Amino acid sequence: MAKPMNKIAWQELEVGAAVSEVGNAREYKTGTWRSLRPVVNKNQCIRCGVCWLFCPDTSIVHSPEGHFEADLEYCKGCGICARECPVGCITMVAEEE
Amino acid sequence: MAKERKGIEVSLAISEAVGQADCDVISAYPITPQTHIVEHLSEMVAEGHLDAEFIPVESEHSAMSVCCGSAAVGARTFTSTSSQGLALMAEIFYITSSLRLPVVMALANRSLSGPLSIWNDHTDTMMVRDAGWIHIFAENGQEAYDHVFWSFRVAEDAGVMLPVALNLDGFIMTHMIEPVEFEDDALIKKYLPEYKMKGALHPDNPVSMGCFAMPEMYTETQMAREQALLNSYPTCLKAWEEWAALTGRHYHPIETYRADDAEYCIVTMGSFGETAMGAVDALRAEGEKVGLIKIRLWRPFPFDDFVKAAAGKKTLIVLDRAISFGGPGGPVALELRSALYKTPGAPTIVNYVAGLAGRDVAVNDFKHIILEGKAKAAKGDTGGYTLYGLRA
Amino acid sequence: MLEIRFHGRGGQGAVTSAELIAIAAIGKGKFSQAFPSFGPERRGAPVVAFCRVDDKKILIRAKVYEPDVVVVLDPGLLTLVDPTEGLKPDGTLIINSKKSYEEIMNSCSFSCRVGIVDANKIAQEELGRVIVNTTMLGAVMKATGILAVDDIRGAMLDRFGPKLGEKNMKALGRAYAELTIKE
Repeated sequence: MAKPMNKIAWQELEVGAAVSEVGNAREYKTGTWRSLRPVVNKNQCIRCGVCWLFCPDTSIVHSPEGHFEADLEYCKGCGICARECPVGCITMVAEEE
Repeated sequence: MAKERKGIEVSLAISEAVGQADCDVISAYPITPQTHIVEHLSEMVAEGHLDAEFIPVESEHSAMSVCCGSAAVGARTFTSTSSQGLALMAEIFYITSSLRLPVVMALANRSLSGPLSIWNDHTDTMMVRDAGWIHIFAENGQEAYDHVFWSFRVAEDAGVMLPVALNLDGFIMTHMIEPVEFEDDALIKKYLPEYKMKGALHPDNPVSMGCFAMPEMYTETQMAREQALLNSYPTCLKAWEEWAALTGRHYHPIETYRADDAEYCIVTMGSFGETAMGAVDALRAEGEKVGLIKIRLWRPFPFDDFVKAAAGKKTLIVLDRAISFGGPGGPVALELRSALYKTPGAPTIVNYVAGLAGRDVAVNDFKHIILEGKAKAAKGDTGGYTLYGLRA
Repeated sequence: MLEIRFHGRGGQGAVTSAELIAIAAIGKGKFSQAFPSFGPERRGAPVVAFCRVDDKKILIRAKVYEPDVVVVLDPGLLTLVDPTEGLKPDGTLIINSKKSYEEIMNSCSFSCRVGIVDANKIAQEELGRVIVNTTMLGAVMKATGILAVDDIRGAMLDRFGPKLGEKNMKALGRAYAELTIKE
């Protein structure tokens, strides 16, 4: 787990401000940026994977049953999946408070 | 190659040194007056004398980008440029040091446009003074040859990991044929260990280089950079000591000539220093108590060494080869005034800017500058700077 | 210290002349500098090259202003430049020309020591081309005594290879022998 930015002293930085902690982008949860979320009608979904291909954020995950669902910790609600779905089974719905 | 003293163009001596250093990657774009350096290197690689990748690119911006990539995977990397080429690669030049990549550059100092000029002065190196690179100045072919190895030795040191700019005056050195003492390959191998980079880019060890930083982090990254440059100083000295032990040639951050008992000194950086020695000798013969202080290490600036060399002098006549427009004068004079700010009884400083765009500064010019500077100091006329030889 | 200035046209090899002297002198353990008048050059344009030779380290990084010897590779330059500018009072002017001293002095007024050799003829006969830079070196060596002819053989063969190098040495040797000097 990375330290909060405003607690890091300069001596703790890696050489050249490089980051060698692999994959720590995961700790930055961008789901809070969302004001619309994608909702999938699983009866209509043909599991083609187009939404997964087009998601610019790699925030659509392939479930064990073969469906494709937004990872709500990261999905920013851009709506591209809904736009690209060939059968129109994804609807963008306002985030509930 | 065996130990040999030969007459050779300084550019070619530098290329040969890069070859003896067993450089891995050279990426550069030609620009006057550095062209012979990279042309000869491309010949050396093409003819199989140097086992390296010579990567031709479409601009200097790409050249430095390639060098960053090459250095990031741990390859011994060399490039060369001047003036406008340096300006074109400037954004990457700053990034190279921020990434702590040990690229070595032969910077053939040439004036920045405009107007367009292919001749020598220090305006190009002053443009990148603050970029966090180590800057060293060579005054003649031997020094240029020796400092190719010194540059790799310092840059790649595990405690340094910073790029080095080997400054040499364009044309005045690059196109000069003079004697250079070549060392044999065995000595070079002893001096330059094989380069093993910690944290090099490799699929087995993922690492992100060149990240973005929020305001909360940026200040700290810059302090880390500053400390790295300051901390390189002891290694600079050590690398010189090691070279002296092997070759008998000694170098120092600040060097002096007949300065010990001098009342006043001329201060130079770059090939000015050689001609200045002749002027000092001529004036000494006329009874003037004058000496010479030469700056070899420009960044990290050797404050203590300089203050020590200047101690007890009444006046320093500082020769710049660049101007900071609208500012207090030449960049070197500015630096030295700052260095002496807290020194009680510090010498007064008179600043001359000379030799812009390769205008010749001969022994008589140095004599004139020294004597006129001494007179100015005596009158208290020590502000601003004088543009030597200006026709008005 | 000996200071030499060469006047030539771009492409005639004035810089090579200066270089060969420097390399030969350094090969003999001396100190030397050779350099062109810095800048872009094109074929045919008047160019200048410089050479300094000394037994101790040369500390000057500036042009040669008061040469001991001036060499004019192309006689056509005599009307374009004053080759004696800065020439030391006891200096020598060496000209490639087929004219006699008297004929040259009809259009020029040199009060210095003048050496004349028809390098065009020698080069044409020995090298098959009128490129006189190496030939003229023979004249320089005869007039100054700075190096023996054989001292430059190594540098010459290095630069031009064994066959062409020897031809150049022959041309150089002839200029050495055929130079006439008027005090």
